[in-house]
Amino acid sequence: MIDFSFTILIPLIPFILFLLLGLTSGKMKPVLSGYIGTLGLSVVTVLSYFTAYQYFFNREAGAGVFEKIIPFHTVWIHLTEKLHVDLGILLDPISVMMLVVITTVSLMVHIYSMGYMKGDKGYSRFYAFLSLFSFSMLGLVVAPNIFQMYIFWELVGVSSYLLISYYYEKPSAVSAGKKAFIVTRFADLGFLVGILTLSYISGTFDFVSLTDPQGALITQGTSLTFMGISALTWALTLIFMGGAGKSAMFPLHIWLPDAMEGPTPVSALIHAATMVVAGVYLVARLFPLYYFVAPDALTIVAYVGGFTSLFAAVIACTQTDIKRVLAFSTMSQIGYMMLALGVSGYGGEHGLGYMASMFHLFTHAMFKALLFLGAGAIIHAVHTNNMNEMGGLRKYLPITHITFLIACLTISGIPPFSGFFSKDEILVAAFESNRFLFFVEYAVAGITAFYMFRLYFNVFWGKSTHYHHTPHESPFTMTVPLMVLALASMFTGFIPFTDLVTSNGEAFTLHTNWSVAIPSVLIGMAGIALAWVFYKKETAIPDQLATTLSSPYKWSFNKFYIDEVYLFVTKKIIFDRVSEPIAWFDRHVVDASMNRIAWVTNLASDQIKGLQSGQLQKYGFVFISGVIILTFAFVYFLFN
Amino acid sequence: MLSEIPLSYFLVVSTLMFFIGIYGFLTRRNLITILMAVELILNSVNINFVAFNRYLFPDQLEGHFFSLFIIAVAAAEAAVAIAIIISVYRRYSNIDVERVDTMKF
Amino acid sequence: MDFLTLFVVVPVLTIIGIVFTKNMKQTRLVSAVGMSIQLVLAVALVFMYLAERKAGNAAEMLFSHSYVWFESLNINYIVGVDGISVAMILLTGIVVLTGVFASWKVDFLPREFFISLIFLSSGVFGFFISLDLFTMFLFYEVAVIPMYLLIGIWGTGPKEYSAMKLTLMLMGASALLLVGILGIYFNSNAGGGELTFNIMEIAKVKIPMDAQRMFFPMTFIGFGVLGALFPFHTWSPDGHASAPTAVSMLHAGVLMKLGGYGAFRVAMFLLPEAAQEMAWIFLILTSISVVYGAFGAIFQKDLKYINAYSSVSHCGLVLFAILMMNKAALNGAILQMISHGLMTALFFALIGMIYGRTHTRMIDQLGGLMKVMPILSVSYVIAGLANLGLPGLSGFVAEMTIFFGAFQHPDMFHRILTITAAASIVITAVYILRVVGQILYGPITNEHYLKLDDAHWYERVSTGVLIFAIAGIGLAPLWLSDMINDSLNPIVNQLMQAIVK
Repeated sequence: MIDFSFTILIPLIPFILFLLLGLTSGKMKPVLSGYIGTLGLSVVTVLSYFTAYQYFFNREAGAGVFEKIIPFHTVWIHLTEKLHVDLGILLDPISVMMLVVITTVSLMVHIYSMGYMKGDKGYSRFYAFLSLFSFSMLGLVVAPNIFQMYIFWELVGVSSYLLISYYYEKPSAVSAGKKAFIVTRFADLGFLVGILTLSYISGTFDFVSLTDPQGALITQGTSLTFMGISALTWALTLIFMGGAGKSAMFPLHIWLPDAMEGPTPVSALIHAATMVVAGVYLVARLFPLYYFVAPDALTIVAYVGGFTSLFAAVIACTQTDIKRVLAFSTMSQIGYMMLALGVSGYGGEHGLGYMASMFHLFTHAMFKALLFLGAGAIIHAVHTNNMNEMGGLRKYLPITHITFLIACLTISGIPPFSGFFSKDEILVAAFESNRFLFFVEYAVAGITAFYMFRLYFNVFWGKSTHYHHTPHESPFTMTVPLMVLALASMFTGFIPFTDLVTSNGEAFTLHTNWSVAIPSVLIGMAGIALAWVFYKKETAIPDQLATTLSSPYKWSFNKFYIDEVYLFVTKKIIFDRVSEPIAWFDRHVVDASMNRIAWVTNLASDQIKGLQSGQLQKYGFVFISGVIILTFAFVYFLFN
Repeated sequence: MLSEIPLSYFLVVSTLMFFIGIYGFLTRRNLITILMAVELILNSVNINFVAFNRYLFPDQLEGHFFSLFIIAVAAAEAAVAIAIIISVYRRYSNIDVERVDTMKF
Repeated sequence: MDFLTLFVVVPVLTIIGIVFTKNMKQTRLVSAVGMSIQLVLAVALVFMYLAERKAGNAAEMLFSHSYVWFESLNINYIVGVDGISVAMILLTGIVVLTGVFASWKVDFLPREFFISLIFLSSGVFGFFISLDLFTMFLFYEVAVIPMYLLIGIWGTGPKEYSAMKLTLMLMGASALLLVGILGIYFNSNAGGGELTFNIMEIAKVKIPMDAQRMFFPMTFIGFGVLGALFPFHTWSPDGHASAPTAVSMLHAGVLMKLGGYGAFRVAMFLLPEAAQEMAWIFLILTSISVVYGAFGAIFQKDLKYINAYSSVSHCGLVLFAILMMNKAALNGAILQMISHGLMTALFFALIGMIYGRTHTRMIDQLGGLMKVMPILSVSYVIAGLANLGLPGLSGFVAEMTIFFGAFQHPDMFHRILTITAAASIVITAVYILRVVGQILYGPITNEHYLKLDDAHWYERVSTGVLIFAIAGIGLAPLWLSDMINDSLNPIVNQLMQAIVK
């Protein structure tokens, strides 16, 4: 086994790039920062691929399971006598896989942005923030303990905030960044309380000891309960709350559609491929704990995932902003991943859901990034996000068209593209564990195909809209990533995940379950067909359907009014009914009592000053009366 | 002959003078009248001292000496008081004690 | 002359130097030089302290000296430091120096201003080095009284009212504190010794319980008023808002920490049994402070008021952690004092810079400053991120230590309060991002702003030093946390014994 200490460079290089690009941001030519950022990240990508190769394929012959390796760690701070926080690197199947995913997508985004963001005033700032994000995300996935993960979790949140509000002169972008940060912060509060509880029970933050199936935590659990439910279930559910926020699960999903205010490469990197899957990664990281100690929490994970995927898919069918369609699509696909984890077992074949979830994470990252970058190319060409203002673009944007089509076929689960393999395995895992959820996801597969091809046909087919300037294909820097990701979407389905990434590290073989595979392809094709009929040529069918089903249409179009609920709670309740009264109370009650004390003192002083009348005789009177009284008192006490 | 007058008669007289003096001090408006009342008080104390000395300690003379002191001090004090009254008159153009109240709050 | 007394002597010498200066430039120069020397001394102290500890010196207080003052009353001038005092001295050194740089342009009676400021700081340094209750109280008063002049003369807005309110409330707290201190003094011979003001000796004696029950609330509230204990915090919003920049920096950054430090070093250390009994009342009050301050900040429209309420919230967290009375929480409390001190100093410095340029502090009149003043704006964003506890900056380290320490209490009362306090991280994010979005981002609201200039060199020094310190502690907290940890042993032992008795 080689020495993996070099992996410390993987998060370190982007951090140095961030500092470098951030501090020199005004001083060097913008284009240079793009080159430096991209070059630095390509080094990191090469290192990650090398690590993956060494880890997965260069082991001693006969080694059974993939074990966890910790090439580096150092004490960061002592919290209590027992708990101390270490910073380090953990290499195991999922972290190495994530290294590959993150660096690949990040590199594609870096290259793409050289074309997309060209000429933008904040170009250097953009690349600095991209490096910050890459550093944070890489640090998150290689975290050997839950505290380090929390640290980088927050850093990822801030990078996301900075990038969403990148166009900071637009109020909507600023507001979207704020919303994203606050919603995820709220979720992070749950995460923090979960970590507090978990670390109190177990006395450690370390993943290896927490998730060791023979370790103390799993074998003995805890006797602590709160309101009748085991403290460990509480802890893990709260931790999932944190994951649900980052992964935009219902009801903490409201920030994701608004996050589309950021530049499209950002949407591709953060809000499609990497940050949003952090929640899935978190559950996967703690999976043995969930499975053995808190299966109820796992059920919650599955149902939340399932519900979210259906919810988001329905909304995606009516949205007109192409980025928002893709955002809801991301939510839906992450729901798949969560569901797959939720229904999974542990160990070998039972861990099918786990493997499928990770597999889908991998393929989804590729094709979703492709979809977003393609959307960016479209927006770059026609200067609008609204699909009603587009049409017939296949003539003008050939490369974008083909790659986008490949991605749509992938997400719809059509073989031999990768989406088919990963989605199918999720469906099989659901089929074997929870029939209800299986049917939900089956339906969602069809809806997915429908809305994706609705998007495709509306943009590339249909009536050729008259454009102000003729749309032209994107420059080389933008189309090359599209092509690379398209190849990834086509061929990553053949990676033998069952040998590499499984719930307990041991490989297993998968037999195709034709009774699931064939219907899944069929429903995908049905969705495509329906979209073909509705949207390939300009027809009146969609509008007629919208008017006949006006109520469901309105609910879907308005995202089920969840945003309005949140706005009500935050504005009317928190701001008006809590914050304002507190401020009023402070000024008019607490402060007023102080002022009142001063007023009373002044009043007393006013009264007493009357004694100082300047009248000689009054003074004399007081003096004499005092003497007389004292004399009498003296005499009285002397003779008694 | 003096020995047939009880001590208490003298004390009553001096007490009456004392309180008349106090009354005058507290109620009169004219500064000079107030000064006269103060003189009354001082004289009443004189009578007290002499009476006690004569009746209770006839062999000693401290009371008489004290009485002489008081007369001397009263004279000096009257001189100072009149000087002050003259200054007050120059400042306020009247010597009504109720007008002299600039030292109030 | 012992080393520690230098911390009081150098400011006095600086003041004497200022008296001889003839114009503003010379005054500034002398102040900057004097306070730089002070900071160098503070850093040197850190190294000397760590070296002593490494060499194996395990005495409770290092560099200790004692000089007799009033022999009959057993009042002595005693100095000595442990890890906690050293950290606080370092904090004060940094904040005072950056405060001097932030006041570079004070042109109305500059000599008197800098004299008052440095005199105030000498009181603070003296407070941290003294180990005798009387001397401590003396330096405490020295630190509080110049505030009246500083706010009343050089302040803005309703400065007379704010100065009066602040001074009277703090004086009232001092009165209460004095009664408490005297109470401790007169009960300090319980073991059969003589009455003493020496903190270390009083700690060895168990003060009778009824005395403790009477004097613990007095001393705790006396210090707590300065540490923004609800409901005695109202001097803070108006006081900070009306004060000039450096005064706000010094006050929120350092003075409010005197309250926390005093509560810890005097109230809890000397009266541990009463502390154990009565902590729950004050815990509730401090939890209210934390949440109340944060919610109050959301509603405010003036930048300084937002920061003042934020300080109420964070200083409340310090007292909260102190009352949790276990080693980790106490460690977190000290870290939070340092972290918040640096952070709030940075905030007030930046607000002062913005106000100096735009002449308004109302957030609805400000907007789009990121385009015009990028360095200032980025510094403001960093300060905001530190405030909401972003990892990599000091606020996170402090808050996490507090929460994890406090959570170790096995009972639900402490746990629920901990979660309530932790919820403040969300509320803090709300008001910080709201302000940042309103004043820095968005379109420029006033075209006059286009002509404003970015940070000048002295402002860059000021903010740069503070950001460096905040990031330094945030990235590498181990040396600080361990230094504090070792010094916590005496008080933790006291508290543990108090439970056993």
